[in-house]
Amino acid sequence: MINTKRQEEIFFKILMIISICVIMSILLFIIGTVLYKGLPALDWDMVSKLPGGGFYLGKEGGVLNAIIGSLYLISGSVVISLTLSVPLVLFINFYLPKKSVFASIIRFSFDILFGVPSIVYGAFGFALMIFLGMRASLLGGIIAVALLIMPIMVRSFDEVTRLLPRDLPDALLSLGATKYEMSKVILRQLMPGLVTAILLAVGRGIGDAATVLFTAGYTDNLPNALNHPAATLPLSIFFQLGSPVEEVQNRAYASAVILTVIILILSFSARYFSSKYSKNKI
Amino acid sequence: MNNPGLAFVSDVFEDYHNKTILMKLPSYHTISIRNLNVYIENQHILQDINLTIPEKSITCIIGPSGCGKSTLLRTLNRMHDDTPEVKINGQVIVDDEDIYGVNVNVIDVRKKMGLLAQRPCPLPMSIFDNVAYGPRIHGLKKRKAINQTVIQYLQYVGLWDEVRGRVRNSASKLSIGQQQRLCLARGLAIEPEYILGDEATSALDPISTKKIEEMFVKLKEQYTIILVTHTLRQAKRIADYIVFMYLGKIIESGSTEEFFNNPKKQLTRDYLSGSFS
Repeated sequence: MINTKRQEEIFFKILMIISICVIMSILLFIIGTVLYKGLPALDWDMVSKLPGGGFYLGKEGGVLNAIIGSLYLISGSVVISLTLSVPLVLFINFYLPKKSVFASIIRFSFDILFGVPSIVYGAFGFALMIFLGMRASLLGGIIAVALLIMPIMVRSFDEVTRLLPRDLPDALLSLGATKYEMSKVILRQLMPGLVTAILLAVGRGIGDAATVLFTAGYTDNLPNALNHPAATLPLSIFFQLGSPVEEVQNRAYASAVILTVIILILSFSARYFSSKYSKNKI
Repeated sequence: MNNPGLAFVSDVFEDYHNKTILMKLPSYHTISIRNLNVYIENQHILQDINLTIPEKSITCIIGPSGCGKSTLLRTLNRMHDDTPEVKINGQVIVDDEDIYGVNVNVIDVRKKMGLLAQRPCPLPMSIFDNVAYGPRIHGLKKRKAINQTVIQYLQYVGLWDEVRGRVRNSASKLSIGQQQRLCLARGLAIEPEYILGDEATSALDPISTKKIEEMFVKLKEQYTIILVTHTLRQAKRIADYIVFMYLGKIIESGSTEEFFNNPKKQLTRDYLSGSFS
């Protein structure tokens, strides 16, 4: 009896360790490949200059236009999807009754949207732009990416919101707070969860090529207006990787390194500010 | 009519059932519940509750788990508003006004009732802001007035000396007993007329429990206090009046002395002797 229990324990422990090893080695392999091929091609010109040979295909210059474009694009879409997601999540959690059918329908539809491939968002954005008579532009890309990341933001923020103990809203309501006043305090408590939701959304949005292919377009110039096309890092990787020249291909890996570093910086700084901001969290 | 014992419960609601003239109650600062029925998803949780809570005294609602004590307490400050499964019939008259009436603002109702929950739940802000929160949302703006209010209530619950140098620190760093006193101060700062306690000491250690109990005894000079409690001994220690509930009904109610020394119903005797809990 005791023996089987011990065997059980050992078996599952080994299983867990194996799965950690598999996952970590895949991750390390990806990062290793990117660094191995990318680092030699990465120099200061890559991050500080515009492409030299037209649509990234040359060996000269850099991908500054794509770095700036990606940052503009993701900030724009985070702002848009944040202003839509946060009120939605607060509404379905605190304004609708707990067992609301409507809330379940909303959650369900966001689950479906979550699984929609990004190329579909791109195609939808493109159709919408044609309907509105817009050309490929930064604004079009922002809207398409905002649509892409909204389900991620809503569902991950919703999950942490549902875990909030009912004590806090009850305490606030019993003090005579209105629902709006209550939501403001709750939002402070949920700040770390919201930051996680934003980071997940940024991670998906900044690295997605299919959404921006038709909507944001591509250009060798810095994005200078909302209605001009904007370059993005995923597309620059895509084009460079498609080149038959090995040196250009390696530049794609260098771009990937840049993209990874950007996500790393964003996520560390977001964590830092959220922990600073939520020091009073209960 | 300052003697609240005179107006207590059993006499009054028997009269009410006999459709005789209702005894004129001391109307100010009392809660009177008339023919209250509460259903949750078609289950009859509270049945024909008729009760008058006397002012400036401690009324303890006791009874086994699931008898509807907490539901009754939450009915008093309309905390069921957000759960549409809960259907409420009857009247809850607070200060001469039915709080379930048509033109009643729920915020005003809740402002009159300070609720102390089972587990302390400090707001995610500093100790100072916790106490200042209520006055602020109810329109107190002047810095000086807010400072004064916060200090006053922190002193009142005996927390001021303990937290003096660190009122700007997070409230979650306090011990659980301190948190509960902070919650009491926070509730008092909105200047309620009633204090509702939902097993307010059940999560606390004996020393913190004693502090809170002493606080209640002190508070009854100014407030009408209604406590739901699980411990008979606590009710015996601090209550002036006892309401005993079982399966959604009020079985017996009366002054503490009479209730414990001379219970009238068999069910009460069984409960007091510990045959069920």
